[in-house]
Amino acid sequence: MQVEKFYYDNKIVKFFAYATILWGVVGMLAGLLAALQLIYPSLNFDFAPTTFGRVRPVHTNAVIFAFVGNGIFTGLYYSLQRLCKTRMYSDKLSWIHFWGWQTIIVAAAITLFAGFTTGKEYAELEWPIDIAITLVWLVLGYNMFATIIKRRERHLYVAVWFFIGTWVTVALLHVVNSFEMPVSFLKSYSWYAGVQDALVQWWYGHNAVAFFLTTPYLGLMYYFVPKAANRPVYSYRWSIIHFWALIFIYIWAGPHHLLYTALPEWAQSLGTVFSIMLILPSWGGMLNGLMTLRGAWDKVREEPVLKFFVVAITCYGMSTFEGPMLSLKNVNAISHFTDWTVAHVHVGALGWNGFLTFGMLYWLLPRIFNTTLYSKKLAGTHFWIGTLGIILYAVPMYWAGFQHAIMMQGFTAEGNLQSQFMDMSKAIWPLHAFRALGGALFLVGVFLMVYNFVKTLRGATLVANEAAEAAPLAKEYVPTTKNHWHSWIERRPMKMLVLSLIVVAIGGIFELIPTFLIKSNVPTIAAVKPYTPLELQGRDIYIREGCYNCHSQMVRPFRDEVARYGEYSKAGEFVYDHPFQWGSKRTGPDLAREGGKYPDSWHFNHFIKPSVITEGSVMPAYPWLFDNDIDTASTPAKINAMRTIGVPYEKGYDRIANSDLMAQAEGIRDGLAKEKLKTAANKEIIAIIAYLQRLGKDIKTVNKPATASN
Amino acid sequence: MKFVNYLKDITGIEIFPLVSLVLFVTFFIAVGWYVYKTPKKAMQGNALLPLD
Repeated sequence: MQVEKFYYDNKIVKFFAYATILWGVVGMLAGLLAALQLIYPSLNFDFAPTTFGRVRPVHTNAVIFAFVGNGIFTGLYYSLQRLCKTRMYSDKLSWIHFWGWQTIIVAAAITLFAGFTTGKEYAELEWPIDIAITLVWLVLGYNMFATIIKRRERHLYVAVWFFIGTWVTVALLHVVNSFEMPVSFLKSYSWYAGVQDALVQWWYGHNAVAFFLTTPYLGLMYYFVPKAANRPVYSYRWSIIHFWALIFIYIWAGPHHLLYTALPEWAQSLGTVFSIMLILPSWGGMLNGLMTLRGAWDKVREEPVLKFFVVAITCYGMSTFEGPMLSLKNVNAISHFTDWTVAHVHVGALGWNGFLTFGMLYWLLPRIFNTTLYSKKLAGTHFWIGTLGIILYAVPMYWAGFQHAIMMQGFTAEGNLQSQFMDMSKAIWPLHAFRALGGALFLVGVFLMVYNFVKTLRGATLVANEAAEAAPLAKEYVPTTKNHWHSWIERRPMKMLVLSLIVVAIGGIFELIPTFLIKSNVPTIAAVKPYTPLELQGRDIYIREGCYNCHSQMVRPFRDEVARYGEYSKAGEFVYDHPFQWGSKRTGPDLAREGGKYPDSWHFNHFIKPSVITEGSVMPAYPWLFDNDIDTASTPAKINAMRTIGVPYEKGYDRIANSDLMAQAEGIRDGLAKEKLKTAANKEIIAIIAYLQRLGKDIKTVNKPATASN
Repeated sequence: MKFVNYLKDITGIEIFPLVSLVLFVTFFIAVGWYVYKTPKKAMQGNALLPLD
């Protein structure tokens, strides 16, 4: 058959690689700033955009979607063309994808710093950006599938299955979790409330880890590890089990983020069972990756690329062993809300994603420039500094996690709580300092890589269009050997897409539908009423400032938590919470029962400078809340939006909401004035005090807390 | 969520996690069995794809 000549597009790979490095540096710098803010609160600079509550979402979004996102696309555009033996279907679509994604990243950074957020972790971006993400994702999908369809290699290699599974699942997750009711151009409320919102959010959040940080990177592992070791994957059989079992199970495991919360018990158990089962495919994949290097370990000693890969895959193995352990309820009772979770994700992010990206870049960039790496030795130094950084990051954070849990759960012989929250906060301060050092070291390694690349690529020219040749696919497929059943689907990309969607949808359906359809899952509490307009405005300020990054609103049914914070949280208390604000980490104390705990004047002074009221507090000051006026113009639109999604404000209430708002605000102002604290009634500080004083109060007023509706 | 009101209750909620578990275990065993039975030769060519 006539062999066809064609060219691989390396220019797009180069651009994505550069973007990966750029956003990696930016995202990690933001992370370092956030880490330093937790030890030196003055680094919040008393300036809204640079407070921890806004910097942390910038860090997480930048690292996940900008650094890892561009890393995925670098590897995908490189490997897909070669595995399909064809150029990308459309250069134009490739470039729309590239610039679209970078524009989204810039828009995300600007809006997050400015305080526009949905208040849902890892899905903070507001609705216009959500729509843009969907469109750009469709462009990628179209280009990817069109490329696969015009391929010259009949069989789709396992890496491509992972790309297909990733694409379809991320699309599903993003769309379902982003249902929101727009209030204005950059403000919306989650369509779901309370328990349902929490379940959808962690179904999404967990699977963002699964299908953005894991499956596409497994695709890269299955391509680049064999490439760099120059030997085929250890077991193709295992890769079949790995792929199907992983995408099938992963989607079920979300509820393990909500153990001991107000989520229905059966959903929690479901999450635990499936999380435990996840060990099987994860470790199968990990061993498959490591065993690919069998007989090549001598190369690992000399080749920094392979060193990075070995540690990356080992970190994958460690975090996928740890994950199921963390989903056991007794372990989760210790890890949840503490730094243990932070340690866990960073073993994955720094080790698995970071090191796999670095290894891939060291292998790929010199190749597309047809040159060799400037200094292997420097890459080796990067490897060691990076590894030391990961250890220095993770070990103190594990320690801090245990110390947090032990101190919070301790009781004296007399039955009193052993430690105050601040005792614990001060005790883990040095550990947070070490963590910042670990993060800084990791970043130093990245700078060494940047220097190495600058030296490598100076004077080298990109092979923008790399020549290749292959025979086109014959119309009729004649198998050379007896085919196995799975090879049938390996030749049919669209059926692969549909089957992947079905496999992930099963888990999603079983997990989400019952909670939505069955009213008995969320017992209603008659005393729980919608927020007043002032409280609603205060809640939006709470979300804007990212308070949920440090404060939970979820008292778990533990002796110490009930003794410290009050009655444990009930599902029915959150029915008007669009979005839910349960949080995932307690850098500060829980706020679920904050209402009435302190006088208004305490909150007023505390927001001026927390460390004056609570010695040793690492909370930032919020001076702008005393200057900014409450955005009363938005009140009617907010009331209407809330009513549309099911909050029972009476018809026409939007017209009189602002007079209720002012009446309540004046009451708070007068109360403060009695204590010689002067402020106008229309300042944001009044709204946030109103919100905090409302928290958890509803069920304090009734004797019988919960009545199921059926 | 307004549609919540249309379906107030489904009896036997426990069946959901049970069905899911059975579904998965069956699926996992089936894939495992299939892969185990497939001769290694049939897959060798595919494993070499990235090295072409």
